[in-house]
Amino acid sequence: MLEIFEELEAQALAALGTAASSEDLKSWRSEFLGKKSRLQQSMAQLGKLPKEERPAAGRRVNTVRQALEKAFEEQTEVVKQRELEASLDAESLDVTLPGRPRSRGRLHVSTQILRRIYAIWADMGFQIFRSRDVETDELNFQLLNFPPHHPARDMQDTFHTVTPDVILRTHTSAGQIHAMRALHPEPIRVILPGMCYRYEQITARSECQFHQVEGLAVGKSIRMSDLKGTLTDFARRLYGPTTRTRFRCSYFPFTEPSAEMDVECFLCRGEGCNVCKYTGWLEILGCGMVQPNVLRNGGYDPSVYTGFAFGMGPERIAMLSYGIRDIRQFWANDLRFLEQF
Amino acid sequence: MRVPLSWLAEYVDLPDSNVELSRELTFAGLEVEAMHFVGKPLPAKEEGLEAKVSGFEWSPEHLVVGDVLEVRAHPDADRLVLVDLFDGEEKHVVVTGAPNLFAWRGEGPLAQPLKVAYARLGSQLYDGHKKGWHLTRLEKARIRGVESYSMICSEKELGISEEHEGILLFDKGAPAAGTPLQDYIGDVVLDIAITPNMSRNASLLGVAREVAALYGKELRTPTEGVEMAGPATSERISIEIREPVINPRFTATLIEGVEVGPSPYWMQHRLRLAGMRPISNIVDITNYVMLETGQPLHAFDYDILRRRAESAGAGKPKLITRLAESGEKLTTLDGIDRELDDFTILVCDEAGVLSLGGIMGGAESEVSDETTNVLLEAAGWDLISVRRSVQAQSLQTSEAGYRFSRGVHPAMASRGNLRAAELMRRLGNGVVCSGIVDEYPTPPEPVRVDLPLSEVDRYLGAELPKNEVISHLEALEFEVEDQGESLRVTMPDHRMDIGTGVVGIADLVEEVARIHGYEKIPETQITDTTPPQHGNPELEIEERVRDVLVDLGLQEVITYRLTHPDREARIRIPGEEGEEVGPEASYVRLANPIAADREVMRRSLLASVIEIVETNARTRESLAFFEIGKIYLPRPGAELPDEPYRLVLALSGSRQSASWLGGEGETEAMDFFDCKGVVEALVDALHLEGVTYEARSHPSFHPGRSAVVEVGGTVVGALGELHPAVRAAYDLPGSNPVLAAEFDLDALLARRPEHYEIREVSKYPAIVEDLALVLDDTTPAREVEALIRQTGGARLVDLELFDLYHGEQLGAGKKSLAYRLTYQSDEGTLTDKDAARLRNKVLKRLERELGAVLRG
Repeated sequence: MLEIFEELEAQALAALGTAASSEDLKSWRSEFLGKKSRLQQSMAQLGKLPKEERPAAGRRVNTVRQALEKAFEEQTEVVKQRELEASLDAESLDVTLPGRPRSRGRLHVSTQILRRIYAIWADMGFQIFRSRDVETDELNFQLLNFPPHHPARDMQDTFHTVTPDVILRTHTSAGQIHAMRALHPEPIRVILPGMCYRYEQITARSECQFHQVEGLAVGKSIRMSDLKGTLTDFARRLYGPTTRTRFRCSYFPFTEPSAEMDVECFLCRGEGCNVCKYTGWLEILGCGMVQPNVLRNGGYDPSVYTGFAFGMGPERIAMLSYGIRDIRQFWANDLRFLEQF
Repeated sequence: MRVPLSWLAEYVDLPDSNVELSRELTFAGLEVEAMHFVGKPLPAKEEGLEAKVSGFEWSPEHLVVGDVLEVRAHPDADRLVLVDLFDGEEKHVVVTGAPNLFAWRGEGPLAQPLKVAYARLGSQLYDGHKKGWHLTRLEKARIRGVESYSMICSEKELGISEEHEGILLFDKGAPAAGTPLQDYIGDVVLDIAITPNMSRNASLLGVAREVAALYGKELRTPTEGVEMAGPATSERISIEIREPVINPRFTATLIEGVEVGPSPYWMQHRLRLAGMRPISNIVDITNYVMLETGQPLHAFDYDILRRRAESAGAGKPKLITRLAESGEKLTTLDGIDRELDDFTILVCDEAGVLSLGGIMGGAESEVSDETTNVLLEAAGWDLISVRRSVQAQSLQTSEAGYRFSRGVHPAMASRGNLRAAELMRRLGNGVVCSGIVDEYPTPPEPVRVDLPLSEVDRYLGAELPKNEVISHLEALEFEVEDQGESLRVTMPDHRMDIGTGVVGIADLVEEVARIHGYEKIPETQITDTTPPQHGNPELEIEERVRDVLVDLGLQEVITYRLTHPDREARIRIPGEEGEEVGPEASYVRLANPIAADREVMRRSLLASVIEIVETNARTRESLAFFEIGKIYLPRPGAELPDEPYRLVLALSGSRQSASWLGGEGETEAMDFFDCKGVVEALVDALHLEGVTYEARSHPSFHPGRSAVVEVGGTVVGALGELHPAVRAAYDLPGSNPVLAAEFDLDALLARRPEHYEIREVSKYPAIVEDLALVLDDTTPAREVEALIRQTGGARLVDLELFDLYHGEQLGAGKKSLAYRLTYQSDEGTLTDKDAARLRNKVLKRLERELGAVLRG
């Protein structure tokens, strides 16, 4: 009798080894463990055994049964795994095909640069102050220490309107007086972004309209060393924490002393490359201490107050940053250009 | 300002490295924009020269001084000669076509050899025959049957000037044959940008003074006196100044018996390096002294003045300076007949106008080869007046005008005049008449500024020792009187840029900082009081709108604000009334437009954005743009226009870009409802309340496909499909509709609530049911929706239209609108009974007020 179980177990296990699918497993189960299985039938015959053999035979049947069930479970796991693998295999895609296109909106590159500039200055406590585009000669020039017919006016070719003494602002510096008059006698820390206009032929290198961001700080102890420190901080935020700056003497009628700030080339780190024309430096802004007449015109006593001012061009910064060679791209708004930002 | 270093070195010792010199000057505000290497070696890359570089080094082995021994005729060519030349080592025969050698052709061996620039075989030179500057190497050739392996150079071939007509002829002072040219006339020329406040440095002496101050060297000013031997100048000429404010000073000297001829080679060479053309010794001396001192001069032919005086019945010539009368005319020495403005100052005599004061001489009285007596003028002129005249006469190229329009101190006049007179005596063999005639009615008081030392720190944030401040100022020739806590500083009389009082203090602090070096000023953090915070809410909301539209897939554009009324007129339906845009509208108009199609400031942002749709339509299937920007609306009676902000969005083309995946409706063209969807999403993002859309005609849109947008009853914008006639005015391919919306941004944002409240999310389940209604086609959906919402009350938490249907079974003039209604309560679970009650209430009102029936 016991040999039958041995034989049965061996037979069942062999059959289980060949079960390759859920179907196979199902039929194996009914064949070897089901109600009509030989094991079940053999168990029914246990009663026919002599009484003393029954406990041993009973234990034996149970052992076989448990062994088979355990083997079944194991084989089920194997088959499931194999089937999953097969189905995953069948479902596999060519993942190198392109994805379903999603349309994405973008900010104009100038807005992106303007926002970076706003954010850095906001962190340093400079608020945004905007003023008008169509301006009087007085605000754009005279109050900034450019008398009528002064040679300094040659530095900025101006669009005049048909209304006498009404022009398109040539620089956001025009906003300095607006800001000072609106805020005095408070101390001031503002930036003044906006569109400026110059009477220049539109070429790859020059545009008749462009953004500027002016900055102005006025207080009772604003010094040129603060100007240097603050602008160097700005440059490091824009181009990285180790960026070096340098200040060269320059001339603007509305600042004195005046300077140009160069930053170490962000691309070659001062080694010299195509972007910096092999000088290692990029000229990015003009700055200086607010000229006493300008302070006075804004309502601040120049013997008590001092201030610094600076101005930069977001489009120039973008051109340097992204290697844009043709400034006309900015207002042409060709999607093939705009989509790259 | 072009500064040859060999010339500059006459006045000050220069550092060994010209790269370092260039850097120092640039940092002190005299920006060296370019360096021209005329034969001298170019700097090594490691020296880090930042200026633009041009020119090349003349090889000392190849380019040498040559002696022309004889000029022979060419056997086969009239326009060529054969030159026997000694280069210090051996004799050569050189073929050349230089016309300035023809004078010696066939004269046999020359008693005194001609000194020339000789290029041996293999020399590197500029190609004299090509336009521009192209380096080439001298190779063997046969010229009309004669072998040629070397040449005699023109100035162009060496890079000295554009001159290529003849060869370069040195004078007797040239060194021996074989001397490297580099050692003889090699040079480096700095091209310095002179800022308007530094007019004093538009001269060699000015630059030399800066170098001396920066390096702590001594300045060597030419101080030699003038040998005067002739009769008194005052007996030959008198001067009358009628406008002393515009012409504060006028000086004259008279040089008699000059021999007009070429100036010596060294002077010609310097002038050429400085960018001027040598003409004759007299003219060259006036230019040379102008370049040296900064004082422009003018030479008259005295005999012409005398003849004019005689013909006018006057005695000795009298120079009168006065303003032009309107309509007066003068032919200037450039041959142009000029009509003069009444603000232009003139030099005249009793017979009429002679020259434009401080800008350009007249043709009649200019010096010529026949001149023997030269009247030399050096005057002072008001810069503003000269600048106006320079601009009015388009004489920006005038070297005198350039300097006077930036300011030349009248004190310079006599110095320049005497220096030039002495040079004319020495180089023109003239006799200088005794005394200078000098009209200087009211010499200005020297400017004095009291500079408290504390001011240096207040401006710079750097405490400089007193002796350093003094030495910086004295290096620039300021007179400094130490008064303890303060310095009394007197301005030298070659400069005009120092003001008085607080301005003068700032001017002096700048000079101290410049010489001290900006790099020595520390970098500090602002310690001043933090200002009160104001913020800029308008800009914040504007930026929020940008973000929302970008999230919705739109591309921001920024367009030109300058346009033309005709360009803008295209945005209107032709034939419609209105003066918003186009030739009838009132624009901010430019007096000096840069281009014919950009002569006004725009009145329509919509027109600007549609132009961008136009430019992109051929390269893209799907377009979605927006712009936020100003328009410019003149106000009657006001000097300045209104500059309100507008928001425009524009959509056209396929809803999505086509892909290999296909997809339903993917490439369908966008329509009115795409545009409205964007507007609704924006309204939602801004939490605007009470927004309605009213069908209303619009000057740009399809009459049946346009709506105005109202917030709380106020119109804030409009949206629609471009009218076919408007669309046709633009170059747009295909037939896709162009959808657009335009908002008055200020009005829109003014209606944005400061606060909004959110709904609690109900914890009770919702009941959703669909209602399909049949209505008259003319009943606007808005009315149906409003009625459902009003009737449904607080329990109707969501209402969504999910189908619009027209069909035969509905009957003509009918439509079906299918809504999905969501009922929910915050207080408890709604029952089917509750829902039925609400639904019946809604249906009844719809039936009663709009004639709606439930679709069977």
